[in-house]
Amino acid sequence: MSILVDGNTKLCVSGITGREGTFHSLRNRQYGTQVVGGVTPGKGGQDVEGVPVFNTFHEAVEQTGANTAMIFVPPRFAADSILEAEDAGIPLIVAITEGIPAHDELRAFQVLKKNGRSRLIGPNCPGILSPGKANVGIIPASFFREGNVGVVSRSGTLTYQIGNVLAQSGFGNSTIVGIGGDPVPGTDFIDVIAMFEEDPETELIVMCGEIGGDAEEQAAEFIAANVSKPVVAYIAGFTAPPGKTMGHAGAIVSGSRGTAAAKAEALEAKGVRVGRTPTQVAEVAVSLLGAAA
Amino acid sequence: MDLLEYQGKQLFARHGVPVPSGRPASTVEEAVLAADEIGYPCVIKAQVQIGGRGKAGGIKIANDRDEARAQADAILGMDIRGLTVHELWIEGASEIAAEYYASVVFDRSAKAPLVMLSTKGGMDIEEVADTEPEAIARLHVDPLLGFQDFHGRRLAFEAGVDGDVVRPVGAMLAKLYEVFLAEEATLVEVNPLIVTPPASGDGGGREVKALDAKVTLDDNALFRHPDNAALRDISAEDPQERMAKERGLTYVKLDGDIGILGNGAGLVMSTLDVVAQAGGSPANFLDAGGGSKAEAITSAVEVILSNRKVKAVLFNIFGGITRCDEVARGLIEAFHQINPEVPFVVRLDGTNDVEGRQLLAEASLPNVHTESTMDGAAQKVVELARDAA
Repeated sequence: MSILVDGNTKLCVSGITGREGTFHSLRNRQYGTQVVGGVTPGKGGQDVEGVPVFNTFHEAVEQTGANTAMIFVPPRFAADSILEAEDAGIPLIVAITEGIPAHDELRAFQVLKKNGRSRLIGPNCPGILSPGKANVGIIPASFFREGNVGVVSRSGTLTYQIGNVLAQSGFGNSTIVGIGGDPVPGTDFIDVIAMFEEDPETELIVMCGEIGGDAEEQAAEFIAANVSKPVVAYIAGFTAPPGKTMGHAGAIVSGSRGTAAAKAEALEAKGVRVGRTPTQVAEVAVSLLGAAA
Repeated sequence: MDLLEYQGKQLFARHGVPVPSGRPASTVEEAVLAADEIGYPCVIKAQVQIGGRGKAGGIKIANDRDEARAQADAILGMDIRGLTVHELWIEGASEIAAEYYASVVFDRSAKAPLVMLSTKGGMDIEEVADTEPEAIARLHVDPLLGFQDFHGRRLAFEAGVDGDVVRPVGAMLAKLYEVFLAEEATLVEVNPLIVTPPASGDGGGREVKALDAKVTLDDNALFRHPDNAALRDISAEDPQERMAKERGLTYVKLDGDIGILGNGAGLVMSTLDVVAQAGGSPANFLDAGGGSKAEAITSAVEVILSNRKVKAVLFNIFGGITRCDEVARGLIEAFHQINPEVPFVVRLDGTNDVEGRQLLAEASLPNVHTESTMDGAAQKVVELARDAA
């Protein structure tokens, strides 16, 4: 088992004819993901190395039965593309694009919430990898192997860092979910942690948070009330000054709100182990798994 | 992007939010001319993007031309909590019967715009929120519905504003929401929102005005608002941050002496933390981004070293899309071009790490140390910076 993506994933990529879109779609296919189509308005009828291109998501769904969309188009077109995928009834939409205007993101989020038929992962995220089953996005799969650790993270490279230490210690992952670094993520820690709690393969959950917003604090409450599996957390940005955006649009301490210290405290208060460094997170995870084995 | 008060007020005026009329000025002469045009008494206000201007002496009343000249002269060039005053805003003095607070914020937690109104204006709203949370009326707006008149009335009644200004306050909230939406802001704040005494003569009602304006615009939406994009105050930007922006790098200057370069925002933030835990003090945040090529790395090294405080530099790369051999090539090229005098610690892991480390070994650059772990690299760079101090 795994969550969100697996052998049944049928992926359709918006922006498949762009340079990055082509590169990563083909990498996903090479990994074993079923890449059934792509969407580029005006290029319907063409193909990218055998992957058929359609003018609309509606057409792509009709012709291929796509059940997962990946959004690779530039920021000014991305929200529109997410809404089109939703309108076509695609249940899982993974938005890789970074730099989408915040108000666009907000409207897309509210539409998806209101209609209740699609889940959005991202935007501004590296995607989802279920090792050995499917890779949807830009996560370098070679660092990860199949296993029982579920990872949910606001950061891509931090995930690779932690996954690599786990792999070196002989542990692998059920699924790695990048929820992205934007202020309005389509899916939050809570949603993913709930899925890992239900997933029989996942025995331990690693969550990687950072400064800004209160998703980590909300997760702390949720974990205390609903999660039986061990959770190990990491929070980045203890040294970030207030009022400065640290790379990710969502990574900003506003006044006294959204600090790393407050997040770590909230998690620890609810019994979640918080590693001081990424390496320590992996070590704690290994010790917990080792004790369980 | 944060706007100066007067830029915010100009946006307000464009959307029909009532503001006192005023003029910007960047010299004493301009300020005196503006004051003469506006009439006395007038208020001379320092334009810097920081709170507490009044307490710092950056806001003064002038009753005549001599006072206007003296106040403008005193405020221009003044240092307010680390920011130098380059611009003034001169506006007519307002009579104040009551001070309220109003804002529209992008509430990440609820994933909806949040409109707030309070009769406790003129003070630090975070403090009011802590000590008297019930004094702030709050309402989330469904962005698909928009702000309706009843929202304004409800907030005004709930906040307990004086009965005669319920309508104008509600109308101002609607206009502030319009600014928030149309200009794609993430924050629109008015503190204080003032109620003026009744106009003289019979039947003059009380009016409301935005006496201050704090507006933050979404950088990601500036492409749709070229007029707003042009408001960026380059002179107020830090020189290193400006240089980095021109080169397309994500850079934030910090107070310390250890230069940092990494790939991915999360990993760079984490690197700063690990360096601080090892007893060091980072000089900057620099995310070279995914898939960085050698030229981008060379360019980033120049930005880091243009900060003269830097005594040692740490490269922390975990290659996913980024290839470690490209990073190594960029560093080698940087040494050829600028011959840095400070020591470097380089941690390369991930895609093509073996090739990257080999390139560095072959180049045998002076004063470049390679480390295999993030924690080890942080300790090493802290030692080197300490030795150089």
